[in-house]
Amino acid sequence: MGELKLMKGNEALAEAIIRAGTDGYFGYPITPQSEVLEYLMASKPWETTGMVVLQAESEVASINMLYGGGGTGKKVVTSSSSPGISLMQEGLSYIAGAEIPILIVNVVRGGPGLGDIQPAQSDYFQSTKGGGHGDYRLIVLAPSSVQEMADFVPVAYDLAFKYRNPAMILSDGAIGQMMEKVEFFEPVPRLKDEEVKARYPWATNGKPVNGERRILTSLDLDPQKLEDHNHHIQEKYRKIEENEVRYEALQCDDADYILVAYGTSARVSLKSVKLLREKGIKVGLLRPITLWPFCTKKIRELVGQGVKGFLSVEMSAGQMVEDVRLAVNGKVKVEHFGRLGGMIHSPEEVVEALEQKIIGG
Amino acid sequence: MTEEIIIAGFGGQGVLSMGKILAYSGIMQDQEVSWMPSYGPEMRGGTANVTVIVSDERISSPILRAYDTAIILNQQSMDKFEPEVKPGGTLLYDPNGISRHPSRKDINIFKVEGAKKAAEMGNTKIFNMIVLGAYLKIKPIVKLENVVKGLKKSLPERHHKLIPLNEDAILLGMKNVEVVQEV
Amino acid sequence: MSNIAIKDIIKPENLVYQKTKLMTDKPLSYCPGCGHGTTHRLIMEVIEELGKEHESIGVAPVGCSVLAYEFMNVDMQEAAHGRAPALATAIKRLWPDHLVFTYQGDGDLAAIGTAETIHACNRGEKIVIIFINNGIYGMTGGQMAPTTLPGMKTSTSPYGRDVELMGHPLKITELVAQLPGTYYVTRQAVHTPSAVRKAKRAIKKAFQNQLDNAPGLSFVEVVSNCNSGWKMNPVDSNIWMEENMFPFYPLGDIKLEGRLVK
Ligand SMILES: Cc1ncc(C[n+]2csc(CCOP(=O)(O)OP(=O)(O)O)c2C)c(N)n1
Ligand code: SF4
Repeated sequence: MGELKLMKGNEALAEAIIRAGTDGYFGYPITPQSEVLEYLMASKPWETTGMVVLQAESEVASINMLYGGGGTGKKVVTSSSSPGISLMQEGLSYIAGAEIPILIVNVVRGGPGLGDIQPAQSDYFQSTKGGGHGDYRLIVLAPSSVQEMADFVPVAYDLAFKYRNPAMILSDGAIGQMMEKVEFFEPVPRLKDEEVKARYPWATNGKPVNGERRILTSLDLDPQKLEDHNHHIQEKYRKIEENEVRYEALQCDDADYILVAYGTSARVSLKSVKLLREKGIKVGLLRPITLWPFCTKKIRELVGQGVKGFLSVEMSAGQMVEDVRLAVNGKVKVEHFGRLGGMIHSPEEVVEALEQKIIGG
Repeated sequence: MTEEIIIAGFGGQGVLSMGKILAYSGIMQDQEVSWMPSYGPEMRGGTANVTVIVSDERISSPILRAYDTAIILNQQSMDKFEPEVKPGGTLLYDPNGISRHPSRKDINIFKVEGAKKAAEMGNTKIFNMIVLGAYLKIKPIVKLENVVKGLKKSLPERHHKLIPLNEDAILLGMKNVEVVQEV
Repeated sequence: MSNIAIKDIIKPENLVYQKTKLMTDKPLSYCPGCGHGTTHRLIMEVIEELGKEHESIGVAPVGCSVLAYEFMNVDMQEAAHGRAPALATAIKRLWPDHLVFTYQGDGDLAAIGTAETIHACNRGEKIVIIFINNGIYGMTGGQMAPTTLPGMKTSTSPYGRDVELMGHPLKITELVAQLPGTYYVTRQAVHTPSAVRKAKRAIKKAFQNQLDNAPGLSFVEVVSNCNSGWKMNPVDSNIWMEENMFPFYPLGDIKLEGRLVK
């Protein structure tokens, strides 16, 4: 591997986008992720890899550029932050319906509405439960370090293309703005046009000489056919749930209590685990890496192993906790702790919450 | 070893780049580092601060509310961060522009006339390096040679000729740090 | 000097300038030297002079002036990025006797909100649009705007705006002047005392049109500086603006009483 660099999460993401063999980035400035477009524009990848970079006139335009570009089988990506991602929901629903592989990055900030520009995790529902209209899911990866901001780009592309489904990297303002050391994967060359055509026969990039034309649409006016199509994508989702769950379990083997946390909250909670273990309380950290599909099975295993309680630590009013509760299914205590609106809990606050809400409560 | 530092002052004082150089120096000696800035319009004309962590272990929370060391360069930051130094921790400040000096009795307090010395040297840009030198005198968590290596990494090539000047500034800071109170 | 007390100086006959009544006491959040503050003041002076403090509703954008509602002491709504003309359309149609205005930057009005802008103009909504064109995204830290000049450096055009790759600057004001729904379209500036006086006359005319129920929308562009985003001091930014922005965005009336000038 290459040399170590000190970089912001947003910059590492941008560099990884170039290295992952991306064909096109389309985006609109918004804090706290504007460094992505800025880094790409300064790097001029169109002169090296031939990648297209375009500042769009809005997020509505960006997501629809992804529909178009992704629909031709090219690797396309956009990044934004919460208000911009809300604007993209219509487009995302169409993309999911038409089964177009694309990558979308949300560097979450405090909401609702214009909110603020500080880190938050209040877009969990929007990301993992669909977000736009209709029955659909995004594959959602949650990095918790600058290194993972880079590493998850090729992973997310692979999943998107493997399942012909939109994938999302769900980050937050802290990870986007923070600098840590990062070591990059070797660059992957962009696919040649012929390779794209050969690999993705569904893509609309020119009717094959000896074949049928392809159509990408989310419309079917015959409800029976639309139901069939929906069953087809649901089957795909069951396969993803079966095969693609990723998580990290730290000090969970002997744990009486588990903190469940992703992204920045997982970093804070890791320190809380240390503080709690210093007090003699056996606590572990379960860090979901894919937020959808969720690590339901692992949580059930932990319940079986004798864990007495779970605290879901999120920078939100309590969203992921619902998935933890569904997994635990009433067998042991599950509570939520978190700060809202761009505030971040301190490790000490998490310690206190576990003691009061789970151990004492 | 884990050192959790907050550096706080005005935008334009070189707060963020000082943190960056410290973080780079940590990388040069194979340590884990994190650099977490305040960002956005909250910085417009106002304060800028950055949390830097240098550690031998995987860094957990990059966001803290208690620090081993606070490096404080304006009054607002003094008001905000003096209470957040861990008991027994360290506060280093530049008295220039400070009207209310630190008053805690349970922390180590040092000062350095960074702004004054920088003005004397006729180059306000090296202010942050003087302060960095003062800090490294108190807490030699990174070696000077690694700071120089870190500078090489973080400065664009065309500015490498400025490295000796920065080194001098660090040495100047090391010489000029004064003890206010030790616990 | 020493024997003149402050109270001897603070007398009505010595008054040369005072705070606009309809500006709140809240300190402006704009960078020193920025044209936003002056333009806010002009709008508030006009509303005060027209005696419409209690019959005015403003819509703030997303951009540096997102907090306009903190400073303008009339009823205000804060819109999502680019959507202010849509809000204003509904407000005016539901409150036809009120003065309704939007206040928008170039990113808000001419990028993400282009559709709302054009359609509000084309429908001839009887509102006032005040458009601050500083050629950059100030709020988010100096990215390229739809109005950024060719060759101009911003954080997302770090080597200068390359029109082949990034498109041309959009003269949205000339564009909306072509639409039958606009009644008054003008371009002003607020960087010198005489420009401020002219800009105020233009803003007053725009609001007067609305009071008179003139058939169409009044659109006032203010070419302004963004000293922070342009990375210049305020004085240099105004000189740069005169030398570079004005030749591309010439000041003056573009459409009067529904007819293109010239
Ligand atoms: C949907 C959405 N996308 C992006 C943003 C981020 N954003 C805030 S202000 C702004 C640009 C403002 O520029 P302009 O309208 O020119 O006003 P200025 O700040 O220069 O006065 C952007 C892109 C947002 N708030 N909402
Ligand atoms: S960033 Fe630019 S537009 Fe915004 S307040 Fe400062 S000078 Fe004005």
